[in-house]
Amino acid sequence: MTSANAVAVVLWIGATMYAVFGGADFGAGLWSLLAGRNDRGRRPRELIDWAVGPVWEANHVWLIFAVVVLWTGFPSAFEAVFSTLFIPLSLAALGIVLRGSGFAFHHVARRARGRALAEMIFGLSSVLTPFFMGTVVGAVAGGRVPVGNAAGDPVTSWLNPLSLMIGALFVATGAYLSAVFLVSDARRAGARDLERYFVTRALASAVVTGAFAAACLVVLHNDARYVFDGLTHEGLPLVILSLVCGSGVLLLLHRGARRGARLLAVGAVAAVIWGWGVAQHPYLLPQTLTIADAAAPSSTLTGVLVVFGVAVLLVLPALGLLFVLVQRNLVEETAQPTPQAPSDAANATGLAN
Amino acid sequence: MQMSMLASNLQAARTQMAFTLGFHIILASLGVALPALMLIANYRGLRRNDADALKLAQRWSKAVAVTFAVGAVTGTVLSFEFGLLWPAFTGRFGAVFGLLFAIEGVFFFLEAIFIAIYIFGWKHLRPWTHFWTGVPVVVSGLGGAFSVVAVNSWMNQPQGFAPANGDVTSVKPLEVIFNPAVPYEVPHMILAAYLVTGFLVASIYAVGMLRGRRDRIHRLGLLIPLTVACIATPVQFAVGDSAARAIAKNQPIKFAAMECVQTTSTDVTEYLGGRCTSSGVKGGIGIPGLDSFLVGWSTSTQVIGLDSVPPDDRPPANTMLHLAFDAMVGICSVLILLALWLGIGWWRKKDFPQSRWFLRATAVSGVAAVVALECGWIVTEVGRQPWIVYNVMHTSDAVTQADGIWITFAAVLALYLALGATLIITLRAMSRRWREADEEEVDVPYGPETAPPADLATGASG
Repeated sequence: MTSANAVAVVLWIGATMYAVFGGADFGAGLWSLLAGRNDRGRRPRELIDWAVGPVWEANHVWLIFAVVVLWTGFPSAFEAVFSTLFIPLSLAALGIVLRGSGFAFHHVARRARGRALAEMIFGLSSVLTPFFMGTVVGAVAGGRVPVGNAAGDPVTSWLNPLSLMIGALFVATGAYLSAVFLVSDARRAGARDLERYFVTRALASAVVTGAFAAACLVVLHNDARYVFDGLTHEGLPLVILSLVCGSGVLLLLHRGARRGARLLAVGAVAAVIWGWGVAQHPYLLPQTLTIADAAAPSSTLTGVLVVFGVAVLLVLPALGLLFVLVQRNLVEETAQPTPQAPSDAANATGLAN
Repeated sequence: MQMSMLASNLQAARTQMAFTLGFHIILASLGVALPALMLIANYRGLRRNDADALKLAQRWSKAVAVTFAVGAVTGTVLSFEFGLLWPAFTGRFGAVFGLLFAIEGVFFFLEAIFIAIYIFGWKHLRPWTHFWTGVPVVVSGLGGAFSVVAVNSWMNQPQGFAPANGDVTSVKPLEVIFNPAVPYEVPHMILAAYLVTGFLVASIYAVGMLRGRRDRIHRLGLLIPLTVACIATPVQFAVGDSAARAIAKNQPIKFAAMECVQTTSTDVTEYLGGRCTSSGVKGGIGIPGLDSFLVGWSTSTQVIGLDSVPPDDRPPANTMLHLAFDAMVGICSVLILLALWLGIGWWRKKDFPQSRWFLRATAVSGVAAVVALECGWIVTEVGRQPWIVYNVMHTSDAVTQADGIWITFAAVLALYLALGATLIITLRAMSRRWREADEEEVDVPYGPETAPPADLATGASG
């Protein structure tokens, strides 16, 4: 493998991690929003706060990681994407600011009104950010990002059926991942009602996500033939893998299995991302800029690979430690949701249906 | 038409960048240094069995959590701005300076992970284990500061790439990382972070003491950060002094703008304050020969003037630059006096001076230090103009061709003002809650939990 391809793999790893962990966080924000402002929504939101709190920050470093690898390894692609897609990326950044601050403050905001506002902002921006990220990916996949400083159309490059469809897919994927994760978190908290609550939502969002993905394929067929052909040829095994994983999740959740659903859900999403990568290989920007042409000088590529190696050695064990501590309930901030408070029992059964 | 649009794009992009960086630099400084204060208090608490110090450590860790989260957000915005505002700069040189950001990414990651473990680990981790999970936060904060400031140093002293014009085809990463401005710019910024954070935190407790809260928590909360800041300040003065001399050598036009030196000559007068005009400084206090002396330890040292380059290659806003430089040096000098006051008090009575004037001075020192920080940043950034990469790439060639920067700037301005206000309100609310808690004497770190969640535990395992 050339070092340019290796750095592209690193970029894709970063993007996958962000899509999975960041995506699940965005999904949690969506569920928090949908849980409703009234008392009924209180318990799901408590679970979301409790589960997302300790890992939120680390999950979002992946975005910075991917952005930095893009501009270091493939500067001309970075220039093209960030200048042509100025509008959706500005809106995504806006969402990131709002979401991060909403999250930073809503734990500490004591007064109910401030807290409600922070949660509202947190929830809304959790939908906006992945949506606009999705439109960016749609613009790239659709070949609408020419090389140069703002050389593409500032509006139609991302405001088109393909981009909008992928934006919607991103939102749905996050919701799906998050619901599957929250089923496990509810189990960890011993809250049976919340487990049922999120199983219902995981199943529903799985169906919606699958439908969006199928719709995306149809739009790709009409609008981005190169990527569609890639997905149905070189990328086909990964697409099938994603289907298999996704169906497995449905089956496990339906049966109430205790293990494996999370891993399979991650597999389903990761397989699609890598399928997309394989589909547009050797292009970074389909049919306008190849990985090799966009690549930085070789010493820089080597540097990126070395830094990535160090990161794997240092960051992965640390990240593992964090997740283990979280799973063992050794690090937590907000109170663990109660297994099922008697007064909530009636509400909760109502919710689960 | 095309030209005027570009000019306005450049202005908007520079304004937005200046504003977002000027905002982030405060949070970044807190992110670098506040964890150190927190660990000092934690260490003291464990070593001396000091419950008050532990309480401070726990409270500061909550402040760390909030400021780090907001700092991470404003930092993400900056990483986007590399593309949204300066795509041609990053497109051409991303391969050169990008590695430093990749390294920074690793540090940032470690910082985020261990901050989470430390902050969320108060209840369940063993005390010393918990202390040690905070140490990587401090170390990676230093590493991250090195990486980011090294990029800025490289923009001031670019090297390690070829060719000088056009697309970069070869990069020497070590030359980029250890560029000539690193030895003075990096320590200068790290010391600034400790100095600003120290004075800022101390000033909050000084205000509390002036309002009559003279309990031990307040005394300790003033003493720990103030000691750190007062040690950093004289060192900072020396580092800054050598930085100025290095800039006189490496970036003579920047130095000339800082000191308003119009024509190259020897025996140059040092002006304190005043307006910069093409015929010299108006209204400042002049000390004959001092500028030459400061540059080369002799009044016969030649100082290069602005007239040695065409007007288009000189930094804009010369008066602001000059005053920012003077304000930074002036504030640092005054803060050294405060450090001396503390030192003498400590030497004579083993305590900080108890007079209200000392508390008042400390109360002001926090804001003063932030002003000095911003002034320093103005000197570095405006002084580098009109270059984004010194003597290699003009800022005007780096800016995006996309429309709408004034709109994003307006949004950013409104958003950041709200963010800053919310941050301050939140921190104040936290401190008010802590004071109320003090009166009730609850919530001792590492102590038994106030409300044992026994029912939860059995429920969870069952």
